[in-house]
Amino acid sequence: MRAQIEGSQAVAEVVVLCRPDVIAAYPITPQTHIVERLSRMVKQGDVGRCQFLNVESEFAALSALIGASATGARTYTATTSQGLLFMAEAVYNAAGLGLPIVMTIANRAVGAPINIWNDHSDSMALRDAGWIQLYAETNQEAADLHIQAFRLAEELSCPVMVCMDGYILTHAYEPVDLPDRSLVDAFLPPFSPVQVLDPSDPISIGAMVGPEAFTEVKYLAHQQQLRALALVPEVAGVFEQQFQRPSRGLCSPYRMEDADVAVIALGSVIGTIKDTVDELRREGIAAGCVKIGCYRPFPTLQLRAELEGLTCVIVVEKDLAVGMGGIVSADVQIALQGLHIPVHTVIAGLGGRSISKASLKQMIHEARAERLSEPHFLDLNMTAINDELARRRDQRRAGPVAEHLVRAINAIGTKVV
Amino acid sequence: MSTPRIKFYQTGTYTAGNRLLDEAARTVQSRMDRMNSLNSGHRACQGCGEALGARYAVDAAMRASHNRLIAINATGCLEVFSSPYPESSWQIPWMHSLFGNAPAVASGVAAALRAKGRGDVKVLAQGGDGATVDIGLGCLSGMFERNDDVLYLCYDNEAYMNTGIQRSGATPPFARTNTTQVVGEAPGNLLGTGKNLPRIAMAHGIPYVATASVADLHDLETKVTKAMDMQGARYIHLHVPCPLGWGSDPAHTIRVARMAVESGLFPLFEAQFGTVVDRTLIRHKVPVERYLELQDRFKHLFGPPPNTEAIAALQAIADANIVTYGLIV
Repeated sequence: MRAQIEGSQAVAEVVVLCRPDVIAAYPITPQTHIVERLSRMVKQGDVGRCQFLNVESEFAALSALIGASATGARTYTATTSQGLLFMAEAVYNAAGLGLPIVMTIANRAVGAPINIWNDHSDSMALRDAGWIQLYAETNQEAADLHIQAFRLAEELSCPVMVCMDGYILTHAYEPVDLPDRSLVDAFLPPFSPVQVLDPSDPISIGAMVGPEAFTEVKYLAHQQQLRALALVPEVAGVFEQQFQRPSRGLCSPYRMEDADVAVIALGSVIGTIKDTVDELRREGIAAGCVKIGCYRPFPTLQLRAELEGLTCVIVVEKDLAVGMGGIVSADVQIALQGLHIPVHTVIAGLGGRSISKASLKQMIHEARAERLSEPHFLDLNMTAINDELARRRDQRRAGPVAEHLVRAINAIGTKVV
Repeated sequence: MSTPRIKFYQTGTYTAGNRLLDEAARTVQSRMDRMNSLNSGHRACQGCGEALGARYAVDAAMRASHNRLIAINATGCLEVFSSPYPESSWQIPWMHSLFGNAPAVASGVAAALRAKGRGDVKVLAQGGDGATVDIGLGCLSGMFERNDDVLYLCYDNEAYMNTGIQRSGATPPFARTNTTQVVGEAPGNLLGTGKNLPRIAMAHGIPYVATASVADLHDLETKVTKAMDMQGARYIHLHVPCPLGWGSDPAHTIRVARMAVESGLFPLFEAQFGTVVDRTLIRHKVPVERYLELQDRFKHLFGPPPNTEAIAALQAIADANIVTYGLIV
């Protein structure tokens, strides 16, 4: 059924169709609309015997799901930003224990300075925790990925994060095709756990492992996640067939057939990038783009195949490894090892800053002319930065940098180019 | 549940005359069919009060639940000495997740059982005092506040023993630990800090809160059994001496625990819905010195010169407990 619906509500609707047994959640902007809707649906009996736990922290939310999942329950939660970092210890633990929990990340910047708007700093910080990470471009895709996420997670006994851009997707109303329950039931078999806490067959889970076996345990977790490189496209293929709409899996090319310059990105910004590619094509520039739909495991070979033969690759990423630069671009560099294709890192959209077509176009022109700084910060206000640097040179007790910058930039910061 | 009042202590001794009782009233531990939920072969130290307390408590919980029990364990001594892979001592479904999340994990287990209509299976969570009163307090408070159907057992040995004897929020005043060393103007732990978790649990108004001692098996088993027959969030705080951390003779673990009770420093009581409903009387009151002198962690109080002020302060705490809980009639 097609509905004009908010992204968060669409996600809640499809999560319900996946018949979860236990949902635990702690509110954090901009995840709240998802869990509000779910709490209502559970309470009014739309989700069978499903239990909704209102917990006291994100750490407790994921911890409760660790217990529930180990008891054989299908489990779901949603969080973002500070909440994801607050549960970080449990994020690693859930993966280490091999529990197939599904979690939505309503991607948001990580403070300080506190910021509730979108970027990918949160999920990127947990990229190595052992979870599969899928990134949605649209709300339709976000909805579809959740259905696939439960199947992937349970087939691999590995938790899955479905990342969708905070506000840009979570709070956007778009038409979304919400599938019939029967379709989801046919696609997603009941959860059959590989390990379960059961008095009839007592086992110990979470035992201490020393140096003699720890590496082997981790190696197997790595191999298990790499299996997703085959399973993600396979599951997407089955999904396409059963739900009669496209689902792309690991990475999806756009106008890449004869491209010589490509932009790589994750999430909703792909829409703007596609429009930019179209405009550049009209200007005679052979541009294309590749969306990374599955970031963990990283589709190294698939990406390499998409990008081979290009003269210029630009990674636009909504995150920053302070003291290093790009996070995604480092992985792209590894994927392109030996191909001698220049990979440019562009840090964009931090803390919710709009990424405009005009800026992207200029960025591509500069990259092609080899005039891009490394890493390049899109739309950086150098005047404000130089003023602030000068101010800090002049006085030792210069005060908090964020507050001064906000005052200096205020007029510009809210302007959408 | 009505408890028969039986005088089963032999005159002039501290030995519980279990065999003088009707078979039905004897301890779970004395039964041939006890589960040994925490089986032999684990790696606890000699005289470990926690290992003993855990076996007592979990066996009683197993009997009360007709062996339909799932246990969640916080990180700590109990977890480490019972589960070095692949040699688990646990004869029950058991999971360890993290240090600070055992109550939340248990809440999740209980929720899963509800979702699956498994009303026959009960949930136990357990942790040491560090996991309970410090790092896991947020999760524990949440579990209490939601009244989740979980019995939480705290094995209180009054410091972080697994990491090598550091102070916790349950460390008593003046006690020596490796982060409250016997140096400076106020040697040992400070007076007037720390947490009384049974009272904090009571403040949540949960169905059942009790304290118990590894020295009083009948009392401990009765409380665990009673708690297991109830629904909702329940909390039992078990006092378990740690010979290594306390500097006590491993052969004297029960004696040390009994002195804590008999001095009034560790009051045994039960509370329902926030109100104290019963207490275990002190049979032979002893001065706090009889408890303190068994442990090297309080050695500095005995001098030279003796710290009579500190000992008096501890005696005042014990006396206040005796009054508050009516431990002597």
